[in-house]
Amino acid sequence: MSTPILEMKNITKEFPGVKALNNVSFRVAQGEIHCLVGENGAGKSTLMKVLSGVYPYGTYSGDILLGGAVQRYRGIRDSEHAGVAIIYQELALIPELTVYENIFLGNEIRNGPLVNWNETIKRAGEMLDKVRLKVNPAAKIKDLGVGKQQLVEIAKALSRDIKLLILDEPTAALNEDDSANLLNLLRELRENGVTCILISHKLKEVIEIADSVTVLRDGQTICTLDAHKGEVFEGALIKHMVGREIDNIYPKREHKEPGEVVLEVRGWNAYDPGLGRTILRDVSMYVRRGEIVGVAGLMGSGRTELAMSIFGNPLGYQIKGELLMKGKPQTFREPQDAIRAGVAYVTEDRKGNGLILIQDVKENITLANLHAIAHRGVIDSNAEIKIANEYKVSLNIKTPSVEQRVSNLSGGNQQKVCLGKWLFVKPDLLILDEPTRGIDVGAKFEIYTLMNRLVDQGMSIIMISSELPEVLGMSDRVYIVSSGRITGELPIAEATPEKVMRLATN
Amino acid sequence: MFFQNLQKVLRQNIREYGMYIALFVIMLIFAITTKGTFVSARNLSNLLNQTGYIAVLAVGMTLVIVVRHIDLSVGFLAGFIGAVAAIALAKWGMPVYVVIPLVLVIGAIAGLITAFPVAQLGIPSFVASLAGWLIYRGFLQLVTAGTGTIIIADKAFNAIGNDFIPDIPIKILPNMHFLTLLVGVAAIVLFVLSEISRRQKQEVYSFEVLPKDIFILKLIFISALVGAITWVLSSYNGISWTVVIMLAVVGIYHFITTQTVLGRHIYAVGGNPDAAELSGISVKRIIYVVFGSMGMLSALSGILFASRLQSATTTAGTLFELDAIAAAYVGGVSAAGGVGRVAGSIIGALVMTSLTSGMNLMNVDISYQYIVRGAVLAAAVIFDVATRRASK
Ligand SMILES: Nc1ncnc2c1ncn2[C@@H]1O[C@H](COP(=O)(O)OP(=O)(O)OP(=O)(O)O)[C@@H](O)[C@H]1O
Ligand SMILES: [Mg+2]
Repeated sequence: MSTPILEMKNITKEFPGVKALNNVSFRVAQGEIHCLVGENGAGKSTLMKVLSGVYPYGTYSGDILLGGAVQRYRGIRDSEHAGVAIIYQELALIPELTVYENIFLGNEIRNGPLVNWNETIKRAGEMLDKVRLKVNPAAKIKDLGVGKQQLVEIAKALSRDIKLLILDEPTAALNEDDSANLLNLLRELRENGVTCILISHKLKEVIEIADSVTVLRDGQTICTLDAHKGEVFEGALIKHMVGREIDNIYPKREHKEPGEVVLEVRGWNAYDPGLGRTILRDVSMYVRRGEIVGVAGLMGSGRTELAMSIFGNPLGYQIKGELLMKGKPQTFREPQDAIRAGVAYVTEDRKGNGLILIQDVKENITLANLHAIAHRGVIDSNAEIKIANEYKVSLNIKTPSVEQRVSNLSGGNQQKVCLGKWLFVKPDLLILDEPTRGIDVGAKFEIYTLMNRLVDQGMSIIMISSELPEVLGMSDRVYIVSSGRITGELPIAEATPEKVMRLATN
Repeated sequence: MFFQNLQKVLRQNIREYGMYIALFVIMLIFAITTKGTFVSARNLSNLLNQTGYIAVLAVGMTLVIVVRHIDLSVGFLAGFIGAVAAIALAKWGMPVYVVIPLVLVIGAIAGLITAFPVAQLGIPSFVASLAGWLIYRGFLQLVTAGTGTIIIADKAFNAIGNDFIPDIPIKILPNMHFLTLLVGVAAIVLFVLSEISRRQKQEVYSFEVLPKDIFILKLIFISALVGAITWVLSSYNGISWTVVIMLAVVGIYHFITTQTVLGRHIYAVGGNPDAAELSGISVKRIIYVVFGSMGMLSALSGILFASRLQSATTTAGTLFELDAIAAAYVGGVSAAGGVGRVAGSIIGALVMTSLTSGMNLMNVDISYQYIVRGAVLAAAVIFDVATRRASK
């Protein structure tokens, strides 16, 4: 190992009731791609926030050495000056501003008191070239896909003079192409001498790109593995992360004969008056009792729109078509109607429209089904705590108590709260939109096991996912969506990755 | 240890305790500058009566701000409805027990009308209620145009804003209002018992609780405060009907917001409207409910004010909305939505009326009074934003 560019020694960071980091040591060598892995709530994001000054010097104990010099950041500005750039789990771009404005936000190129826009646009163009992103620097962020936004974030980081680039789950919301793109870019940056720390739950990409991997568990460093000595492979990673071995991440289930049709849509069309275009065309699909139906497709192909249009259409699309619930025609005017009819929808955007971040775990879990724990409109607070604790245990949500604010949970644990909330509704049909985004391998396995148990008990599940192995590993039947149409329906036995990809890009 | 605990608790809850500190400081300053007149039994009793019509508005306003809206029309709506009540009593000779429910309903309908463009068309409530501000101001001048001030002669109606609860004929302490003392003692006992039982329950679930010494300090402090107020009031005329109404409104709203499904839905909509909608809560319905309640409370405020003055005037309700909004902010509501307790708004209202009353006693010129009230509003909002950022 060459000289470490970064050394974090004996870092301990406590929150009320949680020891997020317990004596963690972490070394990163100059010029390498170092991956940081671990279960949800292991402390990965917290460690990086300590490193980038989000938690300033004095709020943690231990030392940070960058290039051999002790660092004491009072805030993010200090770490930026020292050459540390971090791209957070949630993107921090401003949607209404243009690409070039975002890239130089907080780091404006000035001409006296004025911003030199010509220079800004020129330099932004150079940065975009560096990250191989071909967009007009004057485009607005909100008009770009997530993959491109991610690249803009990196361009923004590169616009400063950086020594260390930190990416916290950058590929969680990216499709395979965009992910591959991003990884290639990181390799190029490595050629140019940029050191990179990457947090990811996608072990495949960790194995593909890492020079070394550090595993955290329960706020402690478990080990650091060297890829060049052949120490980095899936079995080893899982074992160190979870503490036990998992042979088959997609647990087997008896494929029973499915029951009667639970939900069916026929000739389903949706027009988005905001965008001014048709987003779903002539979609027909059905789900039967005790069945997991996968919905595959690229990002932006209309899968989420399909789910939303079925689930009471909260975005106000103009809809044509027929919806039958257990054989009876229905119109869901708002999500409330859909929930009453036994449909639940776990959104892909847990922070945006899934959780109430300022409320606590129990309030979030019971929100969609408050009447179940209320008598004449008055909430039984004991029952509420009991229910929340049940889901905390059964989903293994890591939190000191169910009175913890959800914004204080780690990303993966927030996702589990979302799941708990909709399981408590006890639906007949559960629509899962990217259910395992940001979730660790162990928890994925638990969620898959749970899904199997639920369908065994007679629930039906629609699973929308961009991760093909997950769709193929869990579904009984797969629909493929492309540009707002269903381009194919395959029973699982016939669904090969090649076939699905062909239909998805067609 | 004790002081460390105290410091830590104060720092963590600065947002919540800030309003008590503000109230205390303001009262202390006025007590000194008026050489004690401000804290005399007579003045405190008056102060509480003046707080009534702002406090009920502040309660409603808290919920409006919690769902990320604002209602500027409440002041003149209160004034207008006070005038309607006066006309109904004085000109149409309607009995008081008909007039009060009637104007409360009118108020609620007015609130629903404000909510309509907000809920259905997504028009900013600032604009919708600004229109209401103008319209109700016009209405108020229209109905009082012919006569000017309308005098109310109805005794029962005027009692609401001016009279005190009767005493029971037991005289243990001379010159003291005995029922008031009883009510005060009962309130303290209830408060202490409910706090203890709540704490025990939280301990059972191993939730975070205050350190024991701080908890006891809090109990003693609040009990002493309530005790002192009760003592002062009972040495004068006792509790007024206005205070009874104010406490009832706060009690009911506190219950609704903390214990019921409706309350939870309101805070969910404030915390994240998109998530609330997807959880099966009709955001539109909540907006109607919150604005409807605001309208009804505006009517109540109008009744309290008209009754206090025993008349309806052409300028009734002027700047009430400012005091109500300021009271809500001082009371801990957050502009970002989803946060704010109804009970805090009564403290906020006390702060705002203390300012007016104290400055009146000091004969401060009205122009300076406006400036001070505006500055307090600004300070409250800045304090809110600053403490929230720090606690992130
Ligand atoms: N602001 C906070 N207040 C209280 N607890 C916190 C706070 N931030 C993080 N935690 C706790 O610290 C622990 C570590 O969280 P962290 O976000 O670092 O996990 P992570 O490894 O990034 O997990 P994930 O893979 O789910 O993103 C968790 O138990 C979390 O609940
Ligand atoms: Mg994280």
